[in-house]
Amino acid sequence: MVKKVYNSEQIEIGDDYMKVSKEEILHIANLSDLILEENEVEKYLSNLQEILNFANIVSNAPVEGLDITIGSNEAQNVFRKDEIKIFEDNKSLLQNAPTQDQNMFKIPKVL
Amino acid sequence: MDITELTVHELQEKIKSKELTITQITNAYVDRINEKEKDVQAFVTTLTEEAKKQAIEVEEKINKGEITGEFAGIPIGIKDNMCTKGVKTTCSSKMLENFISPYDATVVEKLNNENIIDLGKLNMDEFAMGGSTEYSYFKKTRNPWNLNKVPGGSSGGSAAAVAANLVPWALGSDTGGSIRQPSSFCGVVGLKPTYGLVSRYGLVAFASSLDQIGPITKDVRDSAILLNIIAGHDEKDSTSASREKVDYTKCLKNDVKGLKIGVPKEFFGEGINKEVKESLQKAIETYKKLGAEVEEFSLDIAQYSLASYYIIACAEASSNLGRFDGIRYGYRTPEFTNLKELYKKSRSEGFGAEVKRRIILGTYVLSSGYYDAYYKKAQQVRTLVINEFNKGFEKYDVILTPTSPTVAFDIGSKSDNPLEMYLADICTVSVNIAGLPGISIPCGVDSQGMPIGMQLIGNKFCEETILNAAYTFEQEVKFREKYKPQFKQNA
Amino acid sequence: MSREDYEVVIGLEVHAELSTKTKIFCSCPTEFGGLPNTHTCPICMAMPGTLPVLNEKVVEYAVKAGLATNCEIARDSKNDRKNYFYPDLPKSYQISQFDKPLCKNGYVEIDTKNGKKKIRITRIHIEEDAGKLNHDEFGGGSLVDLNRAGVPLIETVSEPDISSAEEAEAYLRKLKSIFEYIEVSDCKMQEGSLRADVNVSVRKKGDTKLGTRTEMKNMNSFRSIVRAIEYEVDRQIDVIEDGGIIEQETLRWDDVSGKTFSMRDKEDAQDYRYFPDPDLVAIKLSEEYIENIKKGLPELPESRKQRYLEEYKLSEKDANLITSSKYLSDLFEEASKVCNNPKAVNNWIISDISRILNETEMDPIEIPFDSKQLGKLVVLIDKGTISSSIGKKVLTELFENPRDPEEIIKEKGWIQISDEGAIKEVVLKILEANPQSIADYKGGKDKALGFLVGQAMKETKGKANPQMLNKMFLEELNK
Repeated sequence: MVKKVYNSEQIEIGDDYMKVSKEEILHIANLSDLILEENEVEKYLSNLQEILNFANIVSNAPVEGLDITIGSNEAQNVFRKDEIKIFEDNKSLLQNAPTQDQNMFKIPKVL
Repeated sequence: MDITELTVHELQEKIKSKELTITQITNAYVDRINEKEKDVQAFVTTLTEEAKKQAIEVEEKINKGEITGEFAGIPIGIKDNMCTKGVKTTCSSKMLENFISPYDATVVEKLNNENIIDLGKLNMDEFAMGGSTEYSYFKKTRNPWNLNKVPGGSSGGSAAAVAANLVPWALGSDTGGSIRQPSSFCGVVGLKPTYGLVSRYGLVAFASSLDQIGPITKDVRDSAILLNIIAGHDEKDSTSASREKVDYTKCLKNDVKGLKIGVPKEFFGEGINKEVKESLQKAIETYKKLGAEVEEFSLDIAQYSLASYYIIACAEASSNLGRFDGIRYGYRTPEFTNLKELYKKSRSEGFGAEVKRRIILGTYVLSSGYYDAYYKKAQQVRTLVINEFNKGFEKYDVILTPTSPTVAFDIGSKSDNPLEMYLADICTVSVNIAGLPGISIPCGVDSQGMPIGMQLIGNKFCEETILNAAYTFEQEVKFREKYKPQFKQNA
Repeated sequence: MSREDYEVVIGLEVHAELSTKTKIFCSCPTEFGGLPNTHTCPICMAMPGTLPVLNEKVVEYAVKAGLATNCEIARDSKNDRKNYFYPDLPKSYQISQFDKPLCKNGYVEIDTKNGKKKIRITRIHIEEDAGKLNHDEFGGGSLVDLNRAGVPLIETVSEPDISSAEEAEAYLRKLKSIFEYIEVSDCKMQEGSLRADVNVSVRKKGDTKLGTRTEMKNMNSFRSIVRAIEYEVDRQIDVIEDGGIIEQETLRWDDVSGKTFSMRDKEDAQDYRYFPDPDLVAIKLSEEYIENIKKGLPELPESRKQRYLEEYKLSEKDANLITSSKYLSDLFEEASKVCNNPKAVNNWIISDISRILNETEMDPIEIPFDSKQLGKLVVLIDKGTISSSIGKKVLTELFENPRDPEEIIKEKGWIQISDEGAIKEVVLKILEANPQSIADYKGGKDKALGFLVGQAMKETKGKANPQMLNKMFLEELNK
C-alpha cells in the first residue's frame, strides 16, 4: 500500500495492481459513446488510474457481512395509480429537437 | 438603507410595514446586478427585464387583493440545473446551451405558486461536477471576497450571488458538498436537507442517490424559511419522503444548553488547514460557553466515504448522462456520416473534460468484471458509513466538523489535478453517502480575510436540531455584522 | 450423419405488452397507434430531470402472470438499469429487472404428439418497451416515434426445454392463451404486443453439452417462428456436418426469402452494466397481496376445458380448440346461453368459423361479430327460419358486416321457404324437368332423391326448407 500526500494529509493509495490498460480505456470510452483523441488518451488514462487507485481504498473497508445500501432511503412499494394524464403541451416536447420531421426525431438511417 | 443587504425576513417585515414595495426591492436587485455582476460573473442567464415586469404585475395583484402569500414578490436566484419552463436550463454545459425545458421542476413550481420572482439562472460546475465552478462551459464565477479566488462549487454561482447581494437568497444542489462548500468559501449559509426531504423532480440528475436541492441564504432564519417552501413529499419522485409538515422557523430557539455536540477527531487531521482548525476550535469554545456539551469522538469514515462517493456518484452519473445523445435535445455535432458518429461526436464535443472523466470512471466501475470490486463494495461501505453515523447519533445530537479543509483557493490553482480537487470534498461527502442533513455556516475568517465554514451534521430528518444550533451560534458570533465581501482584487 | 441424429434445443424469451391504461413509469396512455409522439410526456421522452414512478397495475399483472404459470412470486424485488445506446431508447438505459425478478421457477404444459410436456419457466420480470424507428422515405434516414417508449412489458424466459418448432408454437400459443385469459395482455401479434426472441441450438443425440445457440429477435407470427426454427436447425446441422462451428450471434429472419441473415456488426459484445435503479425503491410484496391476486384470478384454460368436457359433453379435440383462446371460449359460452344449443355453437366454431379465421389469418380477438349475433344465428336455424346452408351465408356476412342476423336475412331475402304450397310447386317443377331421376329412384337408386333435393335447392337459391323438400319429394315419388 503506497502512501501519498495530498493537502498535507497522508492518503493511502493502492498499488497499481488494478492497472488500466490503453485498450481498456478505449473500450470504456466506446461503451459510453465518447471519443478520446490520441493526445488525450494518456492524460485520461493517468487521471483514471490515479482516481481508481484511490477508490481502491474501499477494498480495505471493514464491510464483511454488510448488506448493500442502494439509496439512503428505506422506502418501499412506492406506486402510482393506473390513471391516464395527458401531457398537454405536446409541441414543447419537440421544441429542442435538432431536426424533426412529421413530429418525429430525425436521425441517420439505422439498419 | 441598502435594500440588497437585507435578509428575506427583514424584507418581509418592511413589505408588511409598507416601508418597501415589491417593485422597489426587485429594482434594487436589478441595479445591483447591473453594477456588480461583471465582477462576480454569477449568472448564466439574467432575467432582469422580466423580473421588473413581474414585480409590477405582482404588486398590482397584491394591491387588488388577488394575491396573498407572505413571499409574493420576493426575488430569488436558481442554480442552472433546475428546470424552468420557458427559460434556458443549461447546467453550465455546451450540451444544453440552448435547452428550454418543457416543464418546471417541482421546487420551481412551488416558488411560482408563492409568486416569488426569478432573477436568473446561476452558474455552476458543468452538470454539478466540480468543486470550484471553474468547470463551467460559459464563465468562471469569482468569489466576492476576493475576485482572484474561486467561489467553490458546484453551486458557486448561487453562493457568490448571495454573498455579493445579487440575489436575496438562492437555490443550490448538493451531491458531495456542492451547497455547503461554496457557502463556506463565500461566507454564507448553505443547507443540504436529508435525502428525500426535497423533491428531485426537475433537478437534472448527477447522482440520483445523493443529489438534494437546498437553500443558500444570508442567514439561518432565511434558510429555515426557504426550506419551509421547498420541502415536502412529491408523488413524481419515488425517493421523496412522506413526512408530516414541519415549520422550521419554529425551531429557532437561540438556545443550545445541554445540546450534545460530537467532534470527530479524524475530521481535524493533518489535511485540514491550520487556520481553519483554529477557527473551528474557537467555534467549539463558543458552543461550550453557550452551554452545549462538546466531546471528541472517533468517526473513522472520511476516506472510505470519499472513495465510495466517487465510485457511486460517477457510476450513477455515467448512466444518467447517457440521455444526452444529440437526438431529442441538446448539442448535436454538425458533421456526421452515421449514427455512431452522431452519438460519439455530439457527446465528446458537448461535454467538458471533467464530465467525460467522470463518465469514464463511472462506466469503468460498472463494467463487467469490476462491478463487485468497486460498485458493490462501495454500496457496502455506504452501509458501514450509515452504521457509524448511527452510533454517533446515539450519543450526540449534532456532529461538528469543518466544511472544507481549506478556504477559497486561487482560480486555476487546482483544476489541473482532479484527485486533489476531489479530496477537497473530504469533509462533506460522508453526509451525502449517509443521506443526512448538513448545514454550513460561517464561523470566522483567515488572515487574508477569506471566510471559514463550520459544518453541523444532524440525524435523519433532524433539520430542526442543526438549524437551531446554527442559529444560536450565528446570533452569538454575529459574523454578518463583522465581515463583508470586499471584492478584493490582487494586482 | 442425418437430421435424425441431432436433437434440437430451443429457448424462448417472450415479451408481452401489458394492457394497463398507462405506461409503466409515467401516466401516458398505452393505446396502440396514434400520431407520432402524441402519447408522450417529459418522462418517457427522457427529458433532463425527470423521474420514474412505478404503475401499481404493472406489478399486479406480472404477479397474475406468475401465478397463472405456477411461478414462485418474489417477496423482495427491485428494478435495475440496463445500459446501452440506441435511438429508440431515450434514457440510454432500459429500466428492467436483473437479479431479483418478480416471478421465477414456473412451468406450462403443452400437448405434443407424445402426450403432455412440461416447459419450465425460468423467470418473468417487468420492464419498459422501447420506441419505434420508422423509415424516412424521403430523407433516407430514420424517424424516432416514442409513443411506445415506456409501455409496460413482462418478459417470460423459458428453460431450453423446447425440442421442436411445433413445441415452440404450442408453448407460445399456450402462453398467449393464458395471458389472454387472465387479461394482462391483448397479445395482438400483428400490433407487436406479443413477440418472441427465439434461441436455437442443436447437438448430437446423447450429447449432454449444449450446442452454441443463435438468436432471432422480435418474431411476431407463429408461421414465421416455425419456418425460421426449421430453417435455422437445418442450417446449423449443415454447418456442423461440413465441419464448421456455429457462431453465437443474433440473426435476422427474412420471411420473403425464407432464410436467416447474420446481424453481426464490428462492435464489441454488449456490456449492459446492470445496476439497481436509484430512482426507484424496493418492491416488497406481502402474503396478503399475493393471496388477493390469487383469489381474483379468473378461470384458466385447463379448468374451462374440464368444464366443457363435463358440462357440455364436448369432445376433447373440440374442447381443446375452443379453450385455446379466451375469445373463442367466451364466444362459445355466451352464444350457447343465448340459443341454448351448445352443440350447434361448438360446430359452428370448430368448422366454419375456424376455417375463416385460418384463411384470413385472423386472431379470435378480432372476430367482428359478438356472441349474441352468433347465438341468434343458431336460433334462426333451429326455428327453421333459415336452412343451415343459408346459415353459412349469414356467417360470411357476419364476418364482413356484422349486425343482427334477422336484419341480414330480411335484407337479403334469405328467409327459408317453408310454405307447403310453394314447396309443392318447386317439387313438381323439378320432377317434371328430371324424368330420368324419377326413373332412377323408382329403380332403386336412392341417390336420385338427393339429386332432386339439390336441384330444388339450386332452383330456390338455397331458400327452400330441405327437410320439407325431402318429405314432399318422397310423397310425390311414392305416389
